[in-house]
Amino acid sequence: MKLMEPGTELDGFRIGECLHAGGMAHVYAVSYADDRASPFPMVMKVPRMTAGDGAENIVGFEVELQMLQVLQGPHVPRLVASGDLIHLPYLVMEHIPGQSLQQWLDERQATRTPVSVEDIVRIGTATAKALQNLHAQNVCHLDLKPANLLLRPEGRVVLLDFGLSCHAHYPDLLAEQMRKAVGSPTWIAPEQVVGVRGDPRSDLFALGVILYEMATGELPFGNPQTQGGLRQRLWMKPTAPQRHRPDLPDGLQEIMLRCLQAQADDRYPSAAHLAFDLRHPDQVQIRGLAHQGDGWWAQVRRWLWAAGQQYQPSALPAQLQIREVPIVMVALAHEDVSEATLYSLRAAATRTLGNRPGARLAVVTVISPHASSSTDSDRSETTLHRQHLAQLQRWAQPLDLTDHQTSFHVLESSDVAGALLRYAQGNEVDLIVMGAATHGLQLQRLVATVPIKVAMDAPCTVMLVKAERPFELLGSEE
Amino acid sequence: MKLALLSDLHANERALLACLEHAKTQGADQWAILGDLVGYGPEPEAVVAHCQRLAADGATVLRGNHEALAITPPAKPERQGEFTARWTHERLTLSQRQWLAQLPLTTQLGSVLLVHASVNDPEQWRYVEDEGSAARSLQAATLAHPNVRFVMGGHVHHQSLYYRGQGGALMRFSPVPGVPIPVPAHRHWIATVGSVGQPRDGDTRAAYALLDLGKHQLTFWRIRYDHAAAAHAVRTAGLDEALARRLESGR
Repeated sequence: MKLMEPGTELDGFRIGECLHAGGMAHVYAVSYADDRASPFPMVMKVPRMTAGDGAENIVGFEVELQMLQVLQGPHVPRLVASGDLIHLPYLVMEHIPGQSLQQWLDERQATRTPVSVEDIVRIGTATAKALQNLHAQNVCHLDLKPANLLLRPEGRVVLLDFGLSCHAHYPDLLAEQMRKAVGSPTWIAPEQVVGVRGDPRSDLFALGVILYEMATGELPFGNPQTQGGLRQRLWMKPTAPQRHRPDLPDGLQEIMLRCLQAQADDRYPSAAHLAFDLRHPDQVQIRGLAHQGDGWWAQVRRWLWAAGQQYQPSALPAQLQIREVPIVMVALAHEDVSEATLYSLRAAATRTLGNRPGARLAVVTVISPHASSSTDSDRSETTLHRQHLAQLQRWAQPLDLTDHQTSFHVLESSDVAGALLRYAQGNEVDLIVMGAATHGLQLQRLVATVPIKVAMDAPCTVMLVKAERPFELLGSEE
Repeated sequence: MKLALLSDLHANERALLACLEHAKTQGADQWAILGDLVGYGPEPEAVVAHCQRLAADGATVLRGNHEALAITPPAKPERQGEFTARWTHERLTLSQRQWLAQLPLTTQLGSVLLVHASVNDPEQWRYVEDEGSAARSLQAATLAHPNVRFVMGGHVHHQSLYYRGQGGALMRFSPVPGVPIPVPAHRHWIATVGSVGQPRDGDTRAAYALLDLGKHQLTFWRIRYDHAAAAHAVRTAGLDEALARRLESGR
């Protein structure tokens, strides 16, 4: 449809200013034509082509409608109305205030301001959180790029433009027998290049490109214009981000390179795991992704691989896998805790991790803010933290943690249950494992203890572990 | 309009009643029985009686290959379905057989074309089991009825939805039970709704589908029923043990 003049009425809406004139569609501010108040500002997206023109690109519009009709939550715009796809295609949705990440980056580029590590972490985490929410609703975005990320003033990221998205429970209208790459060349994941649609980890690759772009101002695989250029990411290793920006923390570099792995299986298993690492970049295990495959033999192998084009995309994960690779949090008390309880918690952690391959372990303790002293160096904040961290690490030492990323956290709060709950909430923990009683049983009858409070208000499953005797001590008493 | 689509009942009264009950709670206001009311199962006369009542209330009931078998059972039965045809024939009353014999092979309800097997020569009982056979059925349907958008059938005992992908060729989609799938009417859709009375995909639950023509959504359903009791009824009736096991395993 041609550009509409402000004041035009369409299907009960009054057209306002044209906010965006893209290649595929116009976006207008709109209000109700009968001057009824709307609960939030609205925009109307009208494609330039209609199905009546015989245009194929109307399919993207249809896909976006499919997605917006079912998606919920604060990370997607709310759908208000839609027009008949054949005769009068349009979408009316919530107008999200804020700047797109592209505009935000352009501003920094114009003033030559590098993006701070804090901003990379903040925006990266918010985007990973939005993706996690999207994937939990069985949708992969598949066209993630800075122009499609809206930064809300309060810090949330809203995802836009679902025209290339894929819903696991709907027929994929963009699927083809002859599989072709569908996506934006700069950010598209290798498996999308060979026509695989529907892997949530494709979105993690795109986010990896965005993080790389934010950190270095460079694109890890350029902006290829040819099929051959597009296929480079199937075998080529991107330049380590620290080569462009030496002050980038090792942890952050590792996160980016893990997102940019050619095989989806080698990336993070879910957006929640990526968000976790982004929140704790100093706890990221450095597996040396920056230097992996630098040897001459690895180079030769990659060339051979590229020549033969032997790229085999990873199998699509069952949608459930998002939940099957959980984040497990073990909460340890640091005082009044018996060896038997610590032993039982370790046994419970072993069992829990044993039947959850790839699960991430976070070992957490809460100390009182009054414990530290600014005058006594033995009780200074950092010394105390270090002591407690060492204690947590000692506890975890006997565990077999191959295949389980592990991190240790000392939280400071006088409200132990509250601190644990906030941690679980903020880090999307799937399972909390903790001792059933941290105080004497007599007291437990009178007041709600920490484990009871946590169990009552936790956003996830809580496993309360009763102290059992180590095997060798069984029968030594009673 | 919410159209409940039930096919391949195969004389399994428990499964039929469970699906009818469920469709009612989902707000179904129109009913279509897509053939194979009888054959294999132990309650042909009761199932036909239920379908006659539905038809009296306005439901569409189609004839399937097992109706043909039950009306004139083969003299020399060779396949399992043919063995139960004689038994079924004798359980049905003459008026029930006459009623089955006059049922249509296809019926058009607005934009929906109903058929037991494939629309191209429906009396050949071709299986719509892949993209190619689905395309032939859909082509026959749209040639004869240009305004048809939905072709709904059974016969294959599987739930599948075929749609046109970007390249124009038909693509097969395996639905997730209970998820309403958007099926806008500017596209063509061809579906097999699964079997009420004899599922064969390893899931013992009865299968049917509900097409909401107001919202343009198609929902495939799987409904739990007492399949152990149904298997017991097969044995009590003296029918082939394999038919009882089929209900117990869903295969």
